[in-house]
Amino acid sequence: MSQPLLEARRLVKTYGQVHALSGADFAVQPGEVVALVGDNGAGKSTLVKTLVGAIAPDGGEILLDGRPTSFGSPRDAQALGIETVYQDLALAADLDAAANLFLGREQLRGGLLGLLGVLDKRAMRTRAVEAFGELGIELRDIGAPVATLSGGQRQSVAIARSVAWASRIVFMDEPTAALGVLQRGRVLDLIRRVRDRGVSVVLISHNMPEVLSVADRVEVLRLGRRVARFAAAETSLEELVAAMTGALDSQDEGDPR
Amino acid sequence: MTDLREAAQRLRGQNTIWTFLVLAALVAVFSALRPNAFATVFEFRSIATESSILVLLAVGQTFVIVTAGIDLSVGSVLIFSGVIAARTMNGLDSGPKAGWGVVAAGTAAGLAAGLAWGALNGFLVARAKVPPLIVTLGTLGMALGFGQILTHGVDVGNVPGALTDSVGSGSVLGVPWLIVIAVLVVAVAAAGLGLTRFGRYTRAIGSNAEAAGRVGIRVDRHLIKVYALSGLLAGLAGVLNLAHFSSTTLTSGTQDNLNAIAAVVLGGTSLFGGTGSVIGTVIGVFIPAVLQSGFTILQVQSFWQTVAVGGVLVAAVYFDQLRRRRRQLG
Repeated sequence: MSQPLLEARRLVKTYGQVHALSGADFAVQPGEVVALVGDNGAGKSTLVKTLVGAIAPDGGEILLDGRPTSFGSPRDAQALGIETVYQDLALAADLDAAANLFLGREQLRGGLLGLLGVLDKRAMRTRAVEAFGELGIELRDIGAPVATLSGGQRQSVAIARSVAWASRIVFMDEPTAALGVLQRGRVLDLIRRVRDRGVSVVLISHNMPEVLSVADRVEVLRLGRRVARFAAAETSLEELVAAMTGALDSQDEGDPR
Repeated sequence: MTDLREAAQRLRGQNTIWTFLVLAALVAVFSALRPNAFATVFEFRSIATESSILVLLAVGQTFVIVTAGIDLSVGSVLIFSGVIAARTMNGLDSGPKAGWGVVAAGTAAGLAAGLAWGALNGFLVARAKVPPLIVTLGTLGMALGFGQILTHGVDVGNVPGALTDSVGSGSVLGVPWLIVIAVLVVAVAAAGLGLTRFGRYTRAIGSNAEAAGRVGIRVDRHLIKVYALSGLLAGLAGVLNLAHFSSTTLTSGTQDNLNAIAAVVLGGTSLFGGTGSVIGTVIGVFIPAVLQSGFTILQVQSFWQTVAVGGVLVAAVYFDQLRRRRRQLG
């Protein structure tokens, strides 16, 4: 395997008596969709939170481009091109899609107006239209509050926001959980397009058929440790489920490719 | 053109246009019924003058409500700031001929007093996580109490003529100073809420504080700023109130907070936060004022005004709820 873009080695995180992560490994290769799967309580959320800087691990190391790194906050991770799409979307429902895309990163007008904090709405809207266009997202009215959009469109806006700012990796936590069949398909297409732009995607999902259809690789977490790695194309649903439940314990040996 | 159409659409979405139509209809009805008494420059000017102090409170309240908060303390902060301004001026020069320096110092003290109460509100809401309703209910009592303690409950009526004759009752180019100041504040605030990053963060926090925090907006700090702004405007209102009435008016103003909140809600700002408009708020101030004036001219008991405003207020919130529910479905 080539040099991973982002790699976690032997991460440990305990909450009192609970070992959320007990020596978990994880790797993201450049330009791939890697799914992170595991049963409830396997440590997926904790692992993702440490990898995006939301919590600090108690032990182990995180390597970016092979170099040890540590994120003090999600802002640090964002500065290095790592973004997260949260399960509950984290959009401001009363603001429009363009405003959400630029939330926290607003462009200001030049000169005196900029010093007064006046927004350059036109420039932001133009960039937003481009960003949505690149990902094939069609919004009827880009000036409408995102609360008026469908669930799938809102999810698309959330993904587009992360992708617009992520140069390396986007973490997506259950991006299709709340969606209908049609919208689900669109979001999966979107994930492929993101990958085709050279940005790696880490997909956290409970939906195994979906994982197998969109991911290049699958890493399985159980009881706070990585227990298996699969190339999605060569893996069956049964194997995944077996690894998740512990029926099959390959104990993370060998190279899956 | 598209900007215009979108602006119109946004206006419709915010209910502001409906509120404006209500105001226009009221003016039209009263003007038709009593053209000689109501539809006069004098009457309009006096409505605007008497409303200008409430406009300041309501503008600050708009920002607070857009963050999904509430500021019940504005009326008391107004009184307190007036007391501080008056005491400062009297402390420096208690004669009626006190100069502009004294007035300036008193004004600065009044503004600072308002700002301080607002910052305290913001700190308690943002950092101590006490619900805004409780925080500002507490500071409502405290600010009024301190005002009364400082004056032993007796109004300070010794206000320098330099203040009362100019800002209090004077005009510039035929327009009363109170209106000029209110228009300036409204212009700056409307631009601030609609066009700037400050305004966008205010909306974002009211819409989804969690999301705002995740993208790196410092929600705590912003909330403190918003409540401080409301306090500052209440402080300015206190100084203007002192100038206009030549008194600290300790016993009035108990309804000011509710009137300000009513104006904001009538103006189409949602009590649930996220959306709002300063211009809408101004319209919301004028609806009760026009009703009051119209009823007086028609010799209807003016008590009907509070009945009518109460009804319209409930209707306004009902329509906002309806709009939100429909949006959720759509």
